[in-house]
Amino acid sequence: MIDWTSWMDYGFMRTAFLAVLIITPLFGLLGTMIVNKKMAYFSDALGHSALTGIAVGIVFGAAEPSTAMVVFAVVFAVLLNRIGETNTASTDTVISVFSSCSVAIGLAILSKGGNFNRYAGLLVGDILSITNREIAYLAAVFLVTVVFWLLGFNALNASCIHRTLARSKRIPVRLMDYLFAVLVALIVMLSIKWVGILIINALLILPAASSRNLADNMREYHLFSVIFSVFSGIVGLLVSYYTNTATGPMIVIIASVIYFSTFFYQMRSGE
Amino acid sequence: MKKIVEPCGFHCIKIQHLGVRFTDQTVLENINLHIHCGSLNAVIGKNGAGKSTLIRAILDDIPHTGKIEFKDTKDGRMQKLKIGYVPQSVNIEKNTPVSVYDLIASYQFRYPVFLPKKKKIREQIKGSLRLFEAEDLIDKKVCNLSGGQLQRVLLSMAVMDEPNLLLLDEPVSGIDQNGMELFFQTMDYLKKHYDLAIILISHDLDYVARYADHVVLLDKTVLRQGTVKEVYQSPEFETVFASKTEEKWIREEKADD
Repeated sequence: MIDWTSWMDYGFMRTAFLAVLIITPLFGLLGTMIVNKKMAYFSDALGHSALTGIAVGIVFGAAEPSTAMVVFAVVFAVLLNRIGETNTASTDTVISVFSSCSVAIGLAILSKGGNFNRYAGLLVGDILSITNREIAYLAAVFLVTVVFWLLGFNALNASCIHRTLARSKRIPVRLMDYLFAVLVALIVMLSIKWVGILIINALLILPAASSRNLADNMREYHLFSVIFSVFSGIVGLLVSYYTNTATGPMIVIIASVIYFSTFFYQMRSGE
Repeated sequence: MKKIVEPCGFHCIKIQHLGVRFTDQTVLENINLHIHCGSLNAVIGKNGAGKSTLIRAILDDIPHTGKIEFKDTKDGRMQKLKIGYVPQSVNIEKNTPVSVYDLIASYQFRYPVFLPKKKKIREQIKGSLRLFEAEDLIDKKVCNLSGGQLQRVLLSMAVMDEPNLLLLDEPVSGIDQNGMELFFQTMDYLKKHYDLAIILISHDLDYVARYADHVVLLDKTVLRQGTVKEVYQSPEFETVFASKTEEKWIREEKADD
């Protein structure tokens, strides 16, 4: 007989639970726009750039790697966005180049002296290592995101649907693009330690993609996306606790199951 | 939008010496247009003549030279020009959960579209959709609309701010003959009953001939402008559309076989 409340006896599990409750709604929210704007590749590149961010932090001897990571992520996001604007080369090629390059630099620096293993945990993340202070950071980002979403979502949506039309209505299209990219970068960087580089993008994309299969309008889209995200987060955390597996991958597995269910549901109802 | 008995005819939009350059090529130069309220102005020209660029320049979406003035010719007062823009299509692909309400509310209102709908906003949107007999579409997904339906929705949105100028970018693509007729009748109705001027980019020379008050033949610059008759019978028109009429002739001959 499994004791379903035993996880609550551990401080680290309670903190992790709190972290999941804060991060997953954010992922659900941001994902809606990332999917609509077809930025999946962009956010993937951001996740990968975290490696370089950590490496840069170590090179500059920053006390906490996360400070360097955040700065790096913001610069990287602005740069990526800038390149996406100038239609010189195919955007996905350029993003891919940036992404691989930053992974390579990160790996090169981190593997120096042969102690890359110290950082291997970043690949899959470790939500149980989260501290109370980090929870406070996350809560701050949560607040910023919600405010940004309330004030800026219409403008984001409008510029995604038609840029020129949005500009004709005096919507600051470019500014919104940059703000959104920076926000995604911030959240990716702050949560990468617990979610993991390999999985973070799945978490951003899957809930929104599942929601798209069911939703008819923006209200349903957001609601389902947040529900799927939080649900996968909580269930993933508990399953990983009871099966003694890494949390990040377990969350993604649950989110994937939801995606496939909605996908088939849509196929059947579409007939 | 406020309905009036008839347009005053005193408002005038002047586009002077408008030019657009992309890094190494001149796309438009020395465009001069006078547009009066209550008139339907059709811009015609071949593909790549700079028609869409002209629209984007008027919207201030791309850097350009020259100036655009909006004047009341009766007392010479300058006013701020309000433009309603109807794009060719929107960037919404299949399966995107954006309803007509979401589309319009995103552009016209600050209240976030992901929160429960507000009745007041809904009524306002519905009222404007009603103008174009599109109020039943309010909860439909935008990606499932037909070309004509989307057009009516975008038109409803464009007139919500009571614009002085309505800019339409090749709006007739993806619409059948019936829809086309309806569209041009709507344009006719709009210019007669609302105080605005219309600039319309069109490919359909027959409809332009029937409905436009003023025709602008464009190829990098204004080759010729004036009434339908003046433009259609000009040598410039002949040169630009020579190949096109030939194609038509070939097609007809083939059909006879």
